[in-house]
Amino acid sequence: MRVILERSNLLKSLNHVHRVVERRNTIPILSNVLLSAEGASLEMKATDLDLEVTEATPAKVERGGATTVPAHLLYDIVRKLSDGAEVMLKTDEDGNAMTVTSGRSSFRLQCLPQSDFPELSAGSFSHIFRLDSVALKGLIEKTQFAISTEETRYYLNGIYLHTHEVGGKLKLRSVATDGHRLARAEIDAPAGSEGMPGIIIPRKTVSELQKLVDDPDVAVTTELSDTKIRFTIGSVVLTSKLIDGTFPDYQRVIPTGNDKKLILDRQSFAAAVDRVSTISSERGRAVKLSISEGQVTLAVNNPDSGSATEELAADYSSDPIEIGFNAKYLLDVAAQLTGTEAKFMLADAGSPTLIHDMADETALYVLMPMRV
Amino acid sequence: MSLALHCRTIASVLFMFAVMAAPVNNPDHGFCRDCLTFQRGESRRCQRCGSPRLARHRELYRLHLAHIDCDAFYAAIEKRDNPALKDKPLIIGGGKRGVVSTACYIARIRGVRSAMPMFKALEACPEAVVIPPNMEKYVRVGREVRAMMQALTPLVEPLSIDEAFLDLAGTERLHGLPPAVVLARFALAVEKEIGITVSAGLSYCKFLAKIASDFRKPRGFSVIGEAEAVGFLATQPVTMIWGVGKAFNATLERDGIRTIGQLQTMERGDLMRRYGVMGDRLYRLSRGEDVRRVDPDQDAKSVSAETTFDTDIASLDELVAVLRGLSEKVSARLKKSGIAGRTVVLKLKTQDFKLRTRNRQLGDPTRLADRIFQTGVELLRRETDGTKFRLLGIGVSDLSDDDKADPPDLVDVKSRKRAMAEGAIDALRDKFGRKAVETGYTFGRGRDAHPPEPLED
Repeated sequence: MRVILERSNLLKSLNHVHRVVERRNTIPILSNVLLSAEGASLEMKATDLDLEVTEATPAKVERGGATTVPAHLLYDIVRKLSDGAEVMLKTDEDGNAMTVTSGRSSFRLQCLPQSDFPELSAGSFSHIFRLDSVALKGLIEKTQFAISTEETRYYLNGIYLHTHEVGGKLKLRSVATDGHRLARAEIDAPAGSEGMPGIIIPRKTVSELQKLVDDPDVAVTTELSDTKIRFTIGSVVLTSKLIDGTFPDYQRVIPTGNDKKLILDRQSFAAAVDRVSTISSERGRAVKLSISEGQVTLAVNNPDSGSATEELAADYSSDPIEIGFNAKYLLDVAAQLTGTEAKFMLADAGSPTLIHDMADETALYVLMPMRV
Repeated sequence: MSLALHCRTIASVLFMFAVMAAPVNNPDHGFCRDCLTFQRGESRRCQRCGSPRLARHRELYRLHLAHIDCDAFYAAIEKRDNPALKDKPLIIGGGKRGVVSTACYIARIRGVRSAMPMFKALEACPEAVVIPPNMEKYVRVGREVRAMMQALTPLVEPLSIDEAFLDLAGTERLHGLPPAVVLARFALAVEKEIGITVSAGLSYCKFLAKIASDFRKPRGFSVIGEAEAVGFLATQPVTMIWGVGKAFNATLERDGIRTIGQLQTMERGDLMRRYGVMGDRLYRLSRGEDVRRVDPDQDAKSVSAETTFDTDIASLDELVAVLRGLSEKVSARLKKSGIAGRTVVLKLKTQDFKLRTRNRQLGDPTRLADRIFQTGVELLRRETDGTKFRLLGIGVSDLSDDDKADPPDLVDVKSRKRAMAEGAIDALRDKFGRKAVETGYTFGRGRDAHPPEPLED
């Protein structure tokens, strides 16, 4: 293999691809990126056996071929080369090493044979649809923070993507929960998604996808089956296994009878929560909300260091209520809301509370209160 | 005016206390460990009672770090409770498994050792009386002994049911006696009031105090002073150092190191290069340098329960039944201490003594038998591949206060119900006894799967 390409093209693609490679690997080949030169492009591929990212970039192929080299190493080298430079990648006759040459710099990297590189067999996909990147980004970002990291309930370690009919119209919904909070977002279901199975996209795939859809003008092609999903974003193809499990019936979790309505200015609420939670040394301490007519008092009490309170004007006219929430969870939700106001629907101090985004009726958050 | 006078009176009383040093004689003459009389001369027996048990040491009245260890603890208690056993070789241990847990000193003379298989022990000493252990009783006696230690100093650091470190520094004024005499008096008091014997070691650091207490068992009293420490250690084997077990000893032996004396000649850097952090410990301890303090509140790092089966078990069903009982035991302890654990640890020992431990971290700390059990079952399921197990244990680590334990969960509605059921079971057991209700997992099963014994205070 012998190819010449622009450093910036190589860097951009490697940047997308190398993140999939885990820093520590017990299987050596998984530390490597597969490089294949053919026609007028160089294709790069990396995998962790659950997730695979491939990207092709234009290159002058003088001699076709393929090899694998350590992904992080190659990325670090290319990153440090000077901007605007040309890079030549050339494998030895025997294929044991690859030379990276740019200007007066030259590096020799040890290779592993491309035939050892594992293939994530995608099989055939049952559904295919297109999403614009802004919509996909919304589905991810509004729910990603609520993904669980708990190993026992592995089926919560991802975003549940499925279709749901609302008022005769089919919607594509993303839901994530860790048992303490739940986030739900939805968009109009794109053509082709009808009848798709409900799938759980693993956390790592979600976070890679989120980084790849930064460009707002790109259309994302989504293909899926019961076990795999593939996103094609411009020149990048991301293929991932899905979490093999059943997502719980989240509808049951969303309270419907909460009758105490509280409306707050979102920004001043978030700032106030942030301020009073300064006093709680560890994460996971509760902020107590004492809600009475026209006013909310936020209080944090930390027996080790002191206490803090802050009063906030609020639109509230039901019976007074006291309820505690994890400060971090409140901030996470507040960060997702887009409108100037946030609407809380409460029942009592022990029941789940509903939070709506006033600017986006489709997004919805549920928070479990804490004992205070 | 009167206030000032009063203050002065108090001050003068305090002053009197301060100068009232403990009565001390020449430490080379020492004192008698049986009648506590200070000796005046170097005669080999006590001038007053004629006992040969004299405590003499140049540093006798300066040392204050003690290690106390009960002699053949379980056996001593059984002999106390049944005088007919007094002059018979006694082995505590058994069940069908038959491993010696403790052997009395008569049996030890015949070659019986703890952890020895019962058939071997009985080969060595066929006339031995074998009694199964009564842990509840031993725990009770252990607590009595500990309470007596705590009357001497607040700095008591228990190492196990029958041994502890005591720091007696600064207690001289309280007791009016130097630590050495206080220890000897304590040993006599334990014999008289509890009816078992102890051995004491006195030194300037934990490492040597522990070695000393082991030196002249039973009813021993040994002193290792600062001046002799290095010389004493030089001739001892490396296994005497804390942390040098079978495996590490083999490593050292491969490098030709057998005695502590060899370590004393080596450089710290060299030892650390060879053995890492352990090298540093070898360097310091071989020179009798040990600055660890006696810490009375060694926080528990985990709470667990385990059981060895009468016959090895491979079936998941049977193991699950035992696991349920053990989980309830762990949970009962957590609830009682107001703590919760976030990591569930399953422990298994196979028929050929291979240990398997499996961990699972939970989203939140738990104190519920149900969550510990459910997590344990999941871990257990992957291990039951037909392998026969001789031991099963379950526990939690990563401990914290229970105020954030088991928060209500949005999704898992069933666990909330099971938690409520568990609360109800606890309430019923509190009121009607532990056998009032139990789950189907343990109901009608054998000894291993019973709901937990009530906890003592």
